[in-house]
Amino acid sequence: MTFAFKFASAAAALLLAFGLQSAQAADIHVGVSEALSGGAAQYGNNIRNGMQLAADEINAAGGINGNKLVLVIEDDQTKKEEAINVFRKLIFQDKVLMVFGPTLSNGALAAHPIAQAAKTVAFATSNTVDGITDPGNYIFRSSVTEASVIPVTVQVAKEKLGLKKVAVLYGNNDALSKGGYDVFKKALEDQHIAVTTTETFATGDVDFKAQLTKIKGTNPDAVVLSALIAEAGPIVAQARQLGINVPFIGGNGLNNPRIFEMAPGTASDDIWVGGPWSLDNATPENSKFIANYKAHYNTNPDQFAAQAYDGMCIAAAAMKKVHFSGDIANDRAALRDALTNVQWTGATGPFKFTQIRNKAGQLAGYDAVQTPIISVTKDGKYNIVH
Amino acid sequence: MLEQQFVNALSLGCIYALFALGFTLVFGVLGIINLGHGAVFMVGAYAALMTVIHLNLPLWVAIIAAMIAAGLAGAAIDALVLKPLRKRGAPHLIPMIATIGTAIILNNGAQAVFGAGTLRFPFGTVPEEALQIAGVKVTALDLGIIVLSFAMMAALLLVMRRTQFGRALRAIAESPKAARLLGINVERLFFVTSLAAAALGGLAGVLISLNSNAIFPLMGQDILLKGIAVIILGGMGDIRGAMLGGLFLGFAEVLSVAYIGSDMRDAVAFGLLFLILLLRPQGLFGKVVQRKA
Repeated sequence: MTFAFKFASAAAALLLAFGLQSAQAADIHVGVSEALSGGAAQYGNNIRNGMQLAADEINAAGGINGNKLVLVIEDDQTKKEEAINVFRKLIFQDKVLMVFGPTLSNGALAAHPIAQAAKTVAFATSNTVDGITDPGNYIFRSSVTEASVIPVTVQVAKEKLGLKKVAVLYGNNDALSKGGYDVFKKALEDQHIAVTTTETFATGDVDFKAQLTKIKGTNPDAVVLSALIAEAGPIVAQARQLGINVPFIGGNGLNNPRIFEMAPGTASDDIWVGGPWSLDNATPENSKFIANYKAHYNTNPDQFAAQAYDGMCIAAAAMKKVHFSGDIANDRAALRDALTNVQWTGATGPFKFTQIRNKAGQLAGYDAVQTPIISVTKDGKYNIVH
Repeated sequence: MLEQQFVNALSLGCIYALFALGFTLVFGVLGIINLGHGAVFMVGAYAALMTVIHLNLPLWVAIIAAMIAAGLAGAAIDALVLKPLRKRGAPHLIPMIATIGTAIILNNGAQAVFGAGTLRFPFGTVPEEALQIAGVKVTALDLGIIVLSFAMMAALLLVMRRTQFGRALRAIAESPKAARLLGINVERLFFVTSLAAAALGGLAGVLISLNSNAIFPLMGQDILLKGIAVIILGGMGDIRGAMLGGLFLGFAEVLSVAYIGSDMRDAVAFGLLFLILLLRPQGLFGKVVQRKA
């Protein structure tokens, strides 16, 4: 009896395995390379959550013309070397249709050329530095760049605050903060705002009072801050402790609701940021995304989760237009073609791609066309001002 | 402005010193550079955070909890990793490499349990407003860090110099073999030292994370590098050296920000460190001759 039962269950398991295998033939495998551990894990995990949510919703609504979307998720450990390994594995071993990621721009600059050489779409949802799309026409980036957001932030803040002179503080050893600083510097020059002093710090610093004391001494109308959230939180809190009560104008790193936990109370008031997404942007698409994300993960999404969610939806919209042949090389090329003219309205608003030229002036990859949202913080919320 | 920068430098220097005290203690007695000290420091911060958030206990209880948790982590590292290596007579670099491994395990463990995001103590755990003393802004926490780091240094010095226990530790530092022949239970003291040093690391973790408002799994890694610089400058294994080295680094960093420019901060601080080591390769308080047993 027990033997028979065991035999039957083994047979059932075998059948199930075969059954699954035949079902997999119609699955669409999409690679995801994100920083699930290491320094950027707080972004990478939110990105993965956003993508998984989108994939689950797409599958629940019938998948890609009946085919199931399957995510092959790998951890790039916040290392560019590991991002290269993960891209190779996903493209050559797992033979995925396309690859999302890596989380950080450093990793993207290292890994994307592999995707370009293998004629496989690399889709960046979180990279904002210059040159990400330079490798070629298989590189797509849905994250609007700091270069397009920051000038708008500065302009809006200047109009509303009447800025004449600002102090600048930035992290000089990570690509995002340094890249943001370069754009700020140019925007401040273009809009004739004087800089009282420019100070730097390094990621991992815990005490910023020396720089902030110096900044306070120059009496700026506002402090321009280009930093990741891990340092931005302590910087804002310590600035308020030292009696710096002027507004902060921030880059992408400050567009993160964690700032309200890290610099609680009135300390986090009056921070001006620009970004592609806001928790308080009450469009139907965004409200639905936020509600579903909260139901799944029991926390508010951030910009990275929103862009990841939209990125997956944009890719899915393109996939729905592709007639899959089963030949992976053909399918990868067909998806690339479909992505170039896909249009989508998601959590981050209306979206489409445009081809850009690289530094050598040749046509290269595709960047986002999107209007940034400018917000200012008050009472633990981002309020949209523009 | 100068007075404010002076206070900033003092508090930053004491932060480095607080971290370096436990670090240098392990080196002084066990003779290894414990690259897991940053991870133990992180364990302390999380333990205190959990005590405050989930048990709603006051900060002083949380500090004790942090010292216990970090101390246990340090003791576990000694019992599970360092002791087996000592038994096999592993060469000098091996325990150091092993402590890198323990740091990776603890860091990833913390990420698995608490997530990768940056957490902080609830608002108002310590008074957030700065006190105004003679035109200088100083927080209660700054004062706490300054007082505690000097108090810890004094306590450690007292134990090392005036107690039987300290004498035994110094004997071990001189030569574990000779100490064993004298009837000192060397293994037990190694264990106790690891525990005490880690507990100090845990205390530093709480105070420093209160100061920076940031607790995350990799929080110990960056300060570890500063810690190594501090104990090399102070003289490896020397307690006064850790204090003075920390203060030196704090003042060098803050004053170079104030007078030269923040871009040059590390260049100035570490350039000065290099110059001092050229003149005194053994560090400020280091012994001139390395005795070989």
